[in-house]
Amino acid sequence: MAWTALSIGLDALSYGMVLFIISIGLSIMMGLMRVVNLAHGAFAMIGGYLASFALKSAGVGYPLAIVLAVLGTIAIAFPLEFLLYRRIYRKSDELTQILLTIGIAFVIIGVANYILGPTTKSIPLPSLLSGPVDLGFRMIPAHRIFVMICGVCTAGLLWLLIDRTEFGIRLRAAVDNGDMAESLGIKTQILFSATFALAVGLAAFGGVVGAELLPVEPFYALRYMVTFLVVVSVGGAGSIPGAVAASILLGLADTTGKYLAPEYGEFFFYLAVILVVFLFPNGLLGRRH
Amino acid sequence: MSLRFGLVGAVAIATAWISPAQCDTIKVGIIGTMSGPYALFGQNFKYGIDAWVAKHGSKVGDHQIEFVYRDEESPNPAKSKSLAQELIVKEKVQYIAGLYFTPDALAVAPLLEEAKVPMIVMNAATSAIVEKSPYIVRTSFTMWQNTVPAAKVAKARAAKKVAIAVSDYGPGIDAEAAFKKTFEADGGTIVQSVRMPLNTTDFGPIMQRIKDSGADMIFTFLPAGPPTLGFVKAYIDNGLKASGVKLLSTGDVVTEPDLPNIGDSGEGILSTYHYAVSHDSPENKTFLADMVKAGAKPDDITMASVAAYDGARLIYKMVEATNGQKDPDKALAAVKGMKWVSPRGPVSIDPDTRHIRQNVYLREVVKQDGKFLNKELQTFDAQPDWGLAKN
Repeated sequence: MAWTALSIGLDALSYGMVLFIISIGLSIMMGLMRVVNLAHGAFAMIGGYLASFALKSAGVGYPLAIVLAVLGTIAIAFPLEFLLYRRIYRKSDELTQILLTIGIAFVIIGVANYILGPTTKSIPLPSLLSGPVDLGFRMIPAHRIFVMICGVCTAGLLWLLIDRTEFGIRLRAAVDNGDMAESLGIKTQILFSATFALAVGLAAFGGVVGAELLPVEPFYALRYMVTFLVVVSVGGAGSIPGAVAASILLGLADTTGKYLAPEYGEFFFYLAVILVVFLFPNGLLGRRH
Repeated sequence: MSLRFGLVGAVAIATAWISPAQCDTIKVGIIGTMSGPYALFGQNFKYGIDAWVAKHGSKVGDHQIEFVYRDEESPNPAKSKSLAQELIVKEKVQYIAGLYFTPDALAVAPLLEEAKVPMIVMNAATSAIVEKSPYIVRTSFTMWQNTVPAAKVAKARAAKKVAIAVSDYGPGIDAEAAFKKTFEADGGTIVQSVRMPLNTTDFGPIMQRIKDSGADMIFTFLPAGPPTLGFVKAYIDNGLKASGVKLLSTGDVVTEPDLPNIGDSGEGILSTYHYAVSHDSPENKTFLADMVKAGAKPDDITMASVAAYDGARLIYKMVEATNGQKDPDKALAAVKGMKWVSPRGPVSIDPDTRHIRQNVYLREVVKQDGKFLNKELQTFDAQPDWGLAKN
């Protein structure tokens, strides 16, 4: 029984970490820049496509493919930031943001479907990460261990970046009082652009390492968007520990549900969402705006 | 709104009914998964039909046959129904064919009698579909047809405790029932029965559950498409294969295009199915050559193309029998009891059920000359649809 619980916990943790890596970028955008970026899933998908292309057609190694996917996605997103996103940071109302970003998502889905076709693109794993690993009490896919390590590292590095570096201090200053920060000589525009790049890069990273659980295909952009938004709202926008807690909690609800009563589908996932939002209207660790 | 649509539809149908002979082109509407995750199978419909047309010409007597394609995308009954309405009313098709998913086929079925349009189901595999209208013929397979032999194989391979894992929709429930009934009648035990939601992508917890049940064999069905790969990978990566739990499935889980993605660890997976691309017969060799000529990549060919190829044969036969007139009863009468040698082996249309009677083969995934294929090990001759057969 204890082993069963532990083994569900491991599956939950790896699924939760995938959710975390992809959703944290969205959380940062919403919490710090007040942008509800519904195209976030589309950027994760672009990352997945680029990695698949780099691995299968260009023949590069897995680590390099991840780097190329992250940088490539940022490069693709940059013109969008320059022309469109820049106008909606912090100031615009939600409706404008939603119309703009969902429009971008639809365009990306259409383009991906047209150029790459409707089929799922696989991201082949290196031999080190494929196949099972024996933990003694159960076998676990090696890839899941890798995903968990990625998730923990991402959370730690982000926390260091935002809480402990000069960049983080300036960013938080710009978020708390943009006008005052500007008059103190902080270039908020550059800060926000950098944060946007960070959010998009994290999406792409999550899209690549999470592809085993969330397969890459053109409708990825919308199919999983609700899940990502749910993680952010349960965790509280902008909060890294909140996103970690929400991802693990929701991963646990989903995985336990699948283990104990698979025929209920996503019932337990959404039940957990309803309970948390009922008890914590601002998310687990969110601040009131 | 619906009244107006109904009137327009009635007028259009009436017009088509009165003056079919003047138009020498006979249209056939194909509803298939032309885009989306299941696009491979919609394309297989098209290749199969193109291969048939390339071989037998686009004319039956003086009648030009034109195939009109519509995209069902995913299990989407409402959309499939409106596509069928559009095909009947606007395109004035005489036949509807295709239909990858059961819910979609069921949504179209009620339109057929009113519009006097026969439907040739080229995939959807729930037994009950053919009972929904006397104008439905099926050239694919049913879950019962492929699963009853699977349960016999399980028994023959000395499986004692079997865990069933199926997709939670019509065909999955059929597969579960068929396996359970046959296997338990042979004295086997079902220790676990899991119904997996169709949109499941993470099979880890389900594998863990099966492992904890102490089963020595898994029987599974998922519709051919991306999730099957995830299921097989989870079976291997969670260590079930290494610990000696055998995997038995219907062939949907190991379609040929997926085999290279499953890789070496897929070797030895057993399945029962009505068609393997590697089937060794002169008819299949000719068929595969025609498919390549029609533009299909050899590695993309699946069972859906064979069902479409044979479906096109039925459509040509119906057009011939009715001389291009809209006469569904005559068309159906012409194909009931029809016998021929398909690329999959000898087949016939059961006159009572209007479902195809065919051989089902036990196959094993093997690697030959660097390529993965489903090697046929054993033949179950002339299987009816056990779900409908009255015995």
